Amino acid sequence: MTVIATESLTKRYPRVTALDRLTVDIAPGVTGLVGANGAGKSTLIKILLGLAPATEGRAAVLGMDVATEGAAIRAHVGYMPEHDCLPPDVSATEFVVHMARISGLPPSAARERTADTLRHVGLYEERYRPMGGYSTGMKQRVKLAQALVHDPRLVLLDEPTNGLDPVGRDDMLELIRRVHTEFGISVLVTSHLLGELERTSDHIVVIDGGSLLRSSSTSDFTQATASLTVEVTEHEDELVEKLTAAGLNAHADGRLIMVDIDGDETYDAVRDAVAELGTGLVRMEQHRHRIAEIFRGGDEHDAA
Amino acid sequence: MTQLEGRPPAADVIHDIGYRHYDGPRLGRGYARKSLYVQSLRSAYGLGRSAKSKVLPMILLAVMCGPAAIMVAVAIGTKATKLPIEYTQYVIIMQAVIGLYLAAQAPQSVSLDLRFKTTPLYFSRPIEAVDYVASKFAALTTALFILTGTPLLVMYIGALLAKFDVSDQSAGFAKAMLAALLLSMLFSGIGLVIAALTPRRGFGVAAVIAVFTLSYGAVTSVQGVASINGNADVIGWLGLFSPITLIDGAQTWWLGATSSFPEGAGPKDAVVGTVYLLVLLAVIAGSFGLLMRRYRKAVLS
Repeated sequence: MTVIATESLTKRYPRVTALDRLTVDIAPGVTGLVGANGAGKSTLIKILLGLAPATEGRAAVLGMDVATEGAAIRAHVGYMPEHDCLPPDVSATEFVVHMARISGLPPSAARERTADTLRHVGLYEERYRPMGGYSTGMKQRVKLAQALVHDPRLVLLDEPTNGLDPVGRDDMLELIRRVHTEFGISVLVTSHLLGELERTSDHIVVIDGGSLLRSSSTSDFTQATASLTVEVTEHEDELVEKLTAAGLNAHADGRLIMVDIDGDETYDAVRDAVAELGTGLVRMEQHRHRIAEIFRGGDEHDAA
Repeated sequence: MTQLEGRPPAADVIHDIGYRHYDGPRLGRGYARKSLYVQSLRSAYGLGRSAKSKVLPMILLAVMCGPAAIMVAVAIGTKATKLPIEYTQYVIIMQAVIGLYLAAQAPQSVSLDLRFKTTPLYFSRPIEAVDYVASKFAALTTALFILTGTPLLVMYIGALLAKFDVSDQSAGFAKAMLAALLLSMLFSGIGLVIAALTPRRGFGVAAVIAVFTLSYGAVTSVQGVASINGNADVIGWLGLFSPITLIDGAQTWWLGATSSFPEGAGPKDAVVGTVYLLVLLAVIAGSFGLLMRRYRKAVLS
């Protein structure tokens, strides 16, 4: 069963091709859609909502054709835009009730589900205050709530962690995870950072320049790309030798040493090797993946 | 996929009730349109918005009704036989207040949705551009009709209390209400077209005021010149070029109202009268069409 299916989906604007024969099937669960800015993520969402016609190809959402059943799709899909969309002089309750009614919920159901949904996203007393005074984190929660209020079967979240601080980012990612695990709603979440979607998504789709670069489950991704960055005060070359001798894939990258993570033992091996050499360990951190790495690894992992 | 996977809730979040699915009815576009209409109408008077948003529309409504209430009080107190002015003249006299209300509320209705990007959110729901335009148009028309109709109702009730001739008063009141409805449609159409061009409320307010006062100023001054030259026919034609004089001319010919043009020169014959009505209806329909064009594009942006 698929929630989203596209078949050589193409969108051409007069000057640019936003989507180029994109064929991808997305199963229920949390799917991360990763791509640099301008990779075609927002265009894809617009087409999936039935708001922009595709130039070529077809797409179906929840088994409904985007070209002919746009309104029915929009009744069962929630959308959280990337940009700000909240009027500042209205309270969160007032706003979410209104959006619920625009989605077709009768007045009493709209009020009830607004109260429930705002509680689920973690908005309590402040929901009666005008939204102009909210922090970015609170605004993102209201945006998520309005996408969930009509109990959709699928939500499309466009860059939900944009503008959030690290703690807010983690809270939002945890919340997105819960949307699937606890609410049973499938999620398509976009980001330009692969690293943050790894922890949240079951499946990751990477697009670039409007075409599919890679589509695979998150575990495949992390195994292939997780690496550790180590910086030491001296003896870099000896450390690389020692780690290689210990059966790890390590190489020097300037003053840094990159080690492929092969389970928790990798950390121990690095620690022991550093201790044996008696050198100073400046830092040891899990590497944050960026789109660029997918490009480098692109040839070994053939795109679907 | 709707089945819930068991998983303990995070420790820092209190879950008294788990997530509940909604199995109730999902009412369609008609209901969504009505909801948007009601919400837009309420916010045109600041209801459901901050206290600050209520101040101006409420003051303007009071200002609209004030002179009507005073006239009624005087009429009852002095045992007059009719109200000092005709029902149809009232909105013409109070046009500055109506213009001010429109300048404040048309941008409030559509510019803010553009500015805060709520418009794309509406179109991610089952509604279409035509639903949005129709709701906003109808809501602002109703808001203006409340603004113009309430003082007329005050006058009418006062006239009945003062025991003026009922059939006379009823006829005058009904005609004025019809003219007020046409005025509300005309004004909200023009106001919304201007406001939908800009996400900046300030620009919208200034542009609406400019269009209404400049066109009225230009028409009345040229009419003044024509009046000095003794050219009554020209005065009648000139009224076509500003919203309020368009209403004045149309109600003079079709509803037998007393013209507020210089020398009371309304449309001179049936041809001019018909042109007034056609222009009036064309402008209302035209503004709806322009709004549709504007929002069809907005859906795709």
